[in-house]
Amino acid sequence: MMTTAGASLTSVTEEHYAEPSFWRQYVFSTDHKTIAKQYLALALFWSVVGGLTAHIVRWQLAWPAGTRLGHRLLTPDAYNAMVTMHGTIMVFFVAMPLLLGAFGNFCIPLMIGARDMAFPRLNMLSVWTFFLSSLVLLASFFVPGGAAASGWTAYAPLSSVPAYTAAVLGQDLWILAVALEFASFLMGGINFLTTPLTLRAPGMSLWRLPLLVWYEACASLLFLLSVGPLVAGAVMLLLDRLVGTGFYLPARGGDPLLWEHLFWFFGHPEVYVVALPGFGIMLEILPVFARKPIFGYRTIVISVLTAAGLSLIVWAHHMFVSGMDPRLAAPFSVTTILISVPFVIIVFAMVATLWGGAISLETPMLFALGGLASFILGGVTGIFLGSETTDIYLHATYFVVAHFHYTMFPVTFFAGFAGLYYWYPKMFGRMMNERLGKLHFWLTFILFNAVFIPLFVVGLAGTPRRVYAPAAYELFKPLQHFQVAATVATLLLLASQLPFVANFLLSMVRGRRAEKNPWRANTLEWTVESPPPHGNFAAPPVVRHGPYEYSVPGSRVDWMAQDQRFEPAQAAGGG
Amino acid sequence: MDTLATSPSDVAVEPDRIRAIPQGKVGVWWFLASEIMIFGGLIGSFILIRLAHGGWHAEADHVHWRIGALNTLVLLTSSLTMAWACDAVKERDQRALKTFLFLTMLLGLTFLGIKAFEYSWEISDGFTPATNLFFAFYFTLTGLHACHVLGGIVANTLLWLCAVRGRRWPMIQHRVEFAGLYWHFVDIVWIFLFPLVYLS
Amino acid sequence: MIQNWLPLGASSFSGDVDGVFRLILYVVGAWFILVEALILFFVIRYRRRRAGQAVYVTGETAYQLAWILIPGLIVLLLDLGIDASGARAWGKIKEQTPAAAFKARVTAERFAWLFTYPGPDRRFGTEDDLWEVGTLHVPVGQPVELEMNSMDVIHSFAVPNFRLRQDILPGRTIKAWFEATQPGSYEIECTELCGAEHYKMQGKAIALDAKEYERWSREHWPAAPVRPQDQPKTASAAHGGNE
Repeated sequence: MMTTAGASLTSVTEEHYAEPSFWRQYVFSTDHKTIAKQYLALALFWSVVGGLTAHIVRWQLAWPAGTRLGHRLLTPDAYNAMVTMHGTIMVFFVAMPLLLGAFGNFCIPLMIGARDMAFPRLNMLSVWTFFLSSLVLLASFFVPGGAAASGWTAYAPLSSVPAYTAAVLGQDLWILAVALEFASFLMGGINFLTTPLTLRAPGMSLWRLPLLVWYEACASLLFLLSVGPLVAGAVMLLLDRLVGTGFYLPARGGDPLLWEHLFWFFGHPEVYVVALPGFGIMLEILPVFARKPIFGYRTIVISVLTAAGLSLIVWAHHMFVSGMDPRLAAPFSVTTILISVPFVIIVFAMVATLWGGAISLETPMLFALGGLASFILGGVTGIFLGSETTDIYLHATYFVVAHFHYTMFPVTFFAGFAGLYYWYPKMFGRMMNERLGKLHFWLTFILFNAVFIPLFVVGLAGTPRRVYAPAAYELFKPLQHFQVAATVATLLLLASQLPFVANFLLSMVRGRRAEKNPWRANTLEWTVESPPPHGNFAAPPVVRHGPYEYSVPGSRVDWMAQDQRFEPAQAAGGG
Repeated sequence: MDTLATSPSDVAVEPDRIRAIPQGKVGVWWFLASEIMIFGGLIGSFILIRLAHGGWHAEADHVHWRIGALNTLVLLTSSLTMAWACDAVKERDQRALKTFLFLTMLLGLTFLGIKAFEYSWEISDGFTPATNLFFAFYFTLTGLHACHVLGGIVANTLLWLCAVRGRRWPMIQHRVEFAGLYWHFVDIVWIFLFPLVYLS
Repeated sequence: MIQNWLPLGASSFSGDVDGVFRLILYVVGAWFILVEALILFFVIRYRRRRAGQAVYVTGETAYQLAWILIPGLIVLLLDLGIDASGARAWGKIKEQTPAAAFKARVTAERFAWLFTYPGPDRRFGTEDDLWEVGTLHVPVGQPVELEMNSMDVIHSFAVPNFRLRQDILPGRTIKAWFEATQPGSYEIECTELCGAEHYKMQGKAIALDAKEYERWSREHWPAAPVRPQDQPKTASAAHGGNE
């Protein structure tokens, strides 16, 4: 099953777009829109599982096992497994498939005026590989010994010696599932990097690409360049566990720090792989709902490329106190703190986009703004961790947990919801309910902050993370009510997703039918039917200008699709 | 700047150079980039750890450099036959294509056969991946490489079958070229491995 | 205000760490408030009230870009200041160890801490060594140098009140130091996940002023020497210690 290498586009589309059977249309589809929905379905499934792991972890922290309300079955090993799986699921099985698999696949071909991705069959293989990796990870919950329990970071030797946790088979399956997930997104990345280069519609120069396409491609490149060493590392980890090699075992000449370097060399860029598409979604939505061009398009592109490049040389800020040579700390601290500069510029550009706009707060815009506002707190708290000295105190405390939830949650869930509410009409041909959407936003925003502000507090006090019972320490007993508060907020936050679930499902059958362009947006996906037919465009659109021509002076309307010419307003007064 | 184009000739339909490259080639290059990072990570780790442990000269004495050298010759020759296969497909010479693809497969299988013999010799001598860290790296590096050789043999076999059945030329030309890129990459990885593992 | 958020600082470098913390807090705090306030203000001020309200500003001219690039430059300069401040403090804490008269060995093991003192002869591995499980007694006002080992997985020795943290890797000895400035009992945590009972791997660092420390030494040092081969190498071997 080779890729569609070099075959002419017409021959691919002819065989590709004849009327398919049920199986070819919904299960074994090569249509990027269907593949996107498959990724979306898997991401939504895993977000439920991931939310449940969060529930279990937070319940234990508020009401420990053995107390009146505690989970009687939650042993420390099981707790460690829940913590491990929560992180693994959210990063690899929710954020990646949602932001890259779903939005990347759905939007890229449409936004560049293409009929599909460059390699549709490779695309199908990628989502099926992801499905397989999901099965493997799901299985790991049910095997004897339970799921992996060494943290999503799987530090060796805790993870490399089977005797050290209850999860023997579980850890092996974890490695296999993550490896398959990597393979899936490498395959997807080949599409994401090739398609915008080779299949752009006439007139779509690189500087006329919508920012989401830039950000998805940049994220894919970052993933592709950084995951390799960890693939090597995972092979070594598996060999340590199964064959008795000693890559990470000092007794056999190995070094646990090797794993840390290999993991974080990927692990840090990975969080930008997740953050970039989230930002891309916010950058698409802000201009539409402010009716203003995005401020500083080229600057934003240069900034994100700079940030992506820098992200490859910051990884050891996760390892300041790891026992590595202390002289490495200062250089990595410098690069880490510098990476705030391009991000700051992007954030300022987003704020500047709001200035002088005509802002309307529909649900997508609310989520985009809420995501931006929350991410800023995550970003500034990162400075405390990027400085090697304050990191001595804050490393491995709840401060870190709060920091990364204030970055990862906004780019995954706020941006993800923003994207879902925004592109739902295009994906499913129906409008979602706006009232339920606003309710969902306010509950999520308020409760999200209610969960994680208390965690900053307990973290500043020194509470360590991944600890079954923080109240076992005298220092943290007085803070138990913060843990309870965070847990109550978590339960309410999880419950607040019900309006979204109801809205998402019911709108699919009962929502108002969507027109082509309900948001009056400029990018090319809004020029075709909702949902688009196979092949997207009857004929390749001809692109005439950039994607953010809103409120052009003298224009008849305040938007201008990328394939539309400028239409002057009627005479008399004009402009 | 490219903000607003209002004139009728505003459509910049530049046939830019990027779009002229067959997209399968772009795809293969991205794939190879990711593979370079995988092997780079493994080889980099090996180099750094080997230096930290003082070179492992005693342990490294137990690999069979003559066999490694033979295998290097085999693989280099297979790259030559692969290059000839690519030439043949450009000239639409079906017979030459079949011959050279077959030779490449054969040489690839020879490489794997020699490797298997080498592994069994080492294991029966008592050197397994668990013996010491040098041999852990040795087996992992050459084993991962061998898996990639196997993948390349499979791809070449499929292409050879296409050639035997006389498939359409434009399609098979590009695919042979991509398989050639991959095969040369696998060869280059070996060229790094051989001195690092066998000759140091 | 900080004093309310962070626990009491009781070491000679806790002030340095807190100083960098304060600097970062003021810098990022100011930016945070400014940017969030701007977002809120813009969202309210530029709510859509009438058609054609938005201005066509692309941010592509030098003048327009200055509005975001100059603040970006200011951030860069402040970043470099934070870097300098952090590097100074880090050098003092992690790259230099003051000449320490007082040494102790820390052996981390799933799931307990073993502390060993060299005794009057100032040498480890001799008959006059003292060990205890879970509690570290140190004199106030003297630098204490720790030589740390792990018997199994990665652990991390952390004392929040000292602003001290250092991961301990198996297979090598890692050093850390601190100087307690106030007498008291300070909790020791393990802060690197090491298995099921990671949360139970607690300890206490007890800092005693000179007189108290002398009294403690006299009371707790073994009357008879213990041969090195009879001394426990791990906490589990010690079965609760000999205090």
